[in-house]
Amino acid sequence: MTSFRLDGRPVPFVPGQTLGAALVAAGRTSWRTTRNEGRPRGIFCGIGVCFDCLLTVDGVPDQRACQVLATEDLEVGTQEGERRAP
Amino acid sequence: MRPETLRDGTVDVAVVGAGPAGLAAAAVALLGGLTVALVDAGQELGGQFWRRPPEGSAVDPGDDLHHDLATYRSLAGTVRSAARDGRCRLLPGHHVWTAVAPPATAPGERPQGPLPLHLLDRSSGPGRERTLRLDARHVVLATGAYDRPLPFPGWDLPGVYTAGGLQALLKGGGVRAGSRVVVGGTGPFLLPVATGLAARGASVVVCEANDPRRWACGAGAALGLPGKLVEGAGYAAALVRHRVPVLLRHAVTAAHGTDRVEAVTISRLDASGGIVPGSDRRVEADAVGTGWGFVPQLDLAVTLGADLVASWDGNRVVRVDEWQRTSVPGLSAAGEVCGVGGAQLAVREGQLAAEGVLRDLGRPSVTGERGLARVRGAVARHRRFAAAMAHAHPVPEGWTAWVDDATTVCRCEEVCAGQVRRAVADGAVGVRQVKQLTRAGMGWCQGRMCAPAVAGLAGPGEGEVAERLVATPVPLGALARGNGSPPHTLSRPAPEEKV
Repeated sequence: MTSFRLDGRPVPFVPGQTLGAALVAAGRTSWRTTRNEGRPRGIFCGIGVCFDCLLTVDGVPDQRACQVLATEDLEVGTQEGERRAP
Repeated sequence: MRPETLRDGTVDVAVVGAGPAGLAAAAVALLGGLTVALVDAGQELGGQFWRRPPEGSAVDPGDDLHHDLATYRSLAGTVRSAARDGRCRLLPGHHVWTAVAPPATAPGERPQGPLPLHLLDRSSGPGRERTLRLDARHVVLATGAYDRPLPFPGWDLPGVYTAGGLQALLKGGGVRAGSRVVVGGTGPFLLPVATGLAARGASVVVCEANDPRRWACGAGAALGLPGKLVEGAGYAAALVRHRVPVLLRHAVTAAHGTDRVEAVTISRLDASGGIVPGSDRRVEADAVGTGWGFVPQLDLAVTLGADLVASWDGNRVVRVDEWQRTSVPGLSAAGEVCGVGGAQLAVREGQLAAEGVLRDLGRPSVTGERGLARVRGAVARHRRFAAAMAHAHPVPEGWTAWVDDATTVCRCEEVCAGQVRRAVADGAVGVRQVKQLTRAGMGWCQGRMCAPAVAGLAGPGEGEVAERLVATPVPLGALARGNGSPPHTLSRPAPEEKV
């Protein structure tokens, strides 16, 4: 089974899935907290428009989980707030 | 910053968006002998309607979830074969982040030189984005639309998705987002979302806010399109087969849970969309889909200065002529950006857009005179159908009463309905003024998710189509890297996908 890591723990994926699809398939609905109220967020629009599903990919913050394809070697991280202004 | 220019890379036509309209425009332009660049932010051809897992992936392609895949395969086949011949450059994972129309010498006259599109290449992954420039003699905008969500208490809980989000997970990733799913809102799009999830084993309930008796007024339009009736009958049969209840004049008026959605409140609506007192009931759910029609993705059209008009569903859309030409010389538009009407209309508009370009270049038509007459007939019928659909599925007037002051309206900046209402009480009118007072619409999504709700709470206001000169966030590093990379020629053989 192929997997990437979220905060160091393996998340399985089917090649061709986005990080977001793999996370939802694994039963995970959130991986970010909001800047002001610290509320949990995951996928909302699923097509790259809403920017709710942000996470860190190989150290780069603010990546949309619904847009980044999962690959075996990715180190993915949950995110608090937004690391960078748009 | 000097962005990269494709060497000898001025294409006859750049098509922005590889959904039904863009695919059709690209295929017809290629069949007419033109060179084409087909740009899409997604990984695969097909857009949202024909969303597929990437080629060669192990994800279930979900052919049973799709409609009219024969058309998709034919159009995509034409485009891919031309890409192998070096006449078409496929640019998946590329987002046109801005474009600048060259000034025309006189009003309505063609400007000198090609139209430059500025692309952000995300195909190499996070941290490796690059910018490049694509020069095109003609541009066809086929940027599609996204779900129109409306807020309700708890809609920002994880596990609440747009209806399109549920569909994208299912069609693109083979993932069923929940096992007990409530899909609510209005419009025929809720039905394929529900039947798709049910076909993958979920227990699904649909809440349709409107009453199908409104359809009586649009029946004439539907009768002109037997295919639509067959499609509707197909959904009806699938709903029965999978035991999916469709609750008419009902809405999801709250979602409950702490860290994720656990249940929803479903309420019966009166004629104006208000909640019928005492009708609330709680239903367990681990996923919710919400959708109130679609909003056309107009960023590039607005940036390039194309005239807009009011559409049948209340959206502002791009004004086009009988060849899908916009008010900007050299710029055409097709599909949902010209009025939300579905994939079959989009394909035909894409076809007309490419035919218009061929005509402007003095080239023979691919479709032929009789074929074009049939296409125009179909376009007229589909537009009538879309108008009837919009009439039958409006956003209910009373929806703002479901939203208490604590409900988040702007998800990015975490602005609640109470703040918006206070701004309105203080005299703010329209989306723009509310944005200035509350920050609603200033975050990552640039108001794409909250603008319909703010407009509902604050009234229409002036010039309500947002101007977004930068259509997607561009890393500064990508701009800096833009000039160091080797240029590419259009005739370079495969794999030309990698720019």
